[in-house]
Amino acid sequence: MADMRTPLNKVRGLGSAKEGADHFWKQRITGLANIPLTLFLVVTVILLAGKDHSTVAAYLGSPLAAIAMMALVISGAIHMRLGMQVIIEDYVHGEGAKIICLMTNTFFTILMGLACMYAIIKLSLGN
Amino acid sequence: MVELALPKNSKLTEGKTWNKPKAKGDWREFRVYRWSPDDGKNPHVDSYHINLDECGPMVLDALIKIKAEIDPTLTFRRSCREGICGSCAMNVDGTNTLACTRGMDEIKGTVKIYPLPHQPVVKDLVPDLTNFYAQHRSIQPWLQTETTEPPKEWKQSREDREKLDGLYECIMCACCSTSCPSYWWNSDRYLGPAVLLQAYRWVIDSRDEATGERLDNLEDPFRLYRCHTIMNCSKACPKGLNPAKAIAELKKKMVERRY
Repeated sequence: MADMRTPLNKVRGLGSAKEGADHFWKQRITGLANIPLTLFLVVTVILLAGKDHSTVAAYLGSPLAAIAMMALVISGAIHMRLGMQVIIEDYVHGEGAKIICLMTNTFFTILMGLACMYAIIKLSLGN
Repeated sequence: MVELALPKNSKLTEGKTWNKPKAKGDWREFRVYRWSPDDGKNPHVDSYHINLDECGPMVLDALIKIKAEIDPTLTFRRSCREGICGSCAMNVDGTNTLACTRGMDEIKGTVKIYPLPHQPVVKDLVPDLTNFYAQHRSIQPWLQTETTEPPKEWKQSREDREKLDGLYECIMCACCSTSCPSYWWNSDRYLGPAVLLQAYRWVIDSRDEATGERLDNLEDPFRLYRCHTIMNCSKACPKGLNPAKAIAELKKKMVERRY
């Protein structure tokens, strides 16, 4: 069956979504924030490598360390979700599969973010 | 999902060798993509040998010589032969370029010639650019004003006119768009570098009064934001333009109008 729609009809499609700038901006903001926060994580891992549970808990007991760690989780999770969303939109073309992937992406990010936050809070405030 | 392998009927096969080099002369082999909609066969790569001593210096000269003297069925578009019409855009030696401005001395050894990538092929080296032209039409590439027309012309300062340099020279040959992986995967919704450069050319034009509407129409996760700054476009452009920069400027404008 030949497609009888005109080329301009296909190109115009459903029109502009009038969004995308927000996604673009958030990805840059979190990307920028991730630079110092990731450096902090690297330093932390080097400092705490091989140390026992109580040392790690004491380290995260410092409000500065705990807040920086939580900031990294929030910024990293948002950045991860936005980045993964772009990859899904690039490569998954079936509408159904795309929606499922995008939803899974959101759920996974929230789950990971919450798990990390819980761990930080638990260690920081003590058992 | 994205197709990473060619469909069965698009797989390339070895074609015919049309002539052999003779003893004397500077002979060069040309391997050219061939496909005809009429014979039901898969695309194949044919070999031609050209004596460069008896041929003009550009790749297009060799194609014209092949068509005139060896194989009249070879099909390609050409018109101005001086890089201004954009008709002879094709993939030469792995790069999208204009056959008329690509010198044979810039290519080492065998010259491989294919149509522009990832577009439907009409025949041989002729791609179907219907979608590309419709996308260009969709950005309304003409001056839009509401103010009463002045008796002579719409005036523009020298500084504002200079902003169009590097944009107005685009000849819409499609070398950049068809070199862009984002355009390969999503050309149904992503406008691609050539059309976005043209869109920016009208957004930045000081005489145009539809700037906001133009940006509204572009602000879309697919139309504009499929660009991931891969930069193939700027590398491919045979006119030396920088579509990637034009797209980056559009993205900046999108942020600028929010804050």
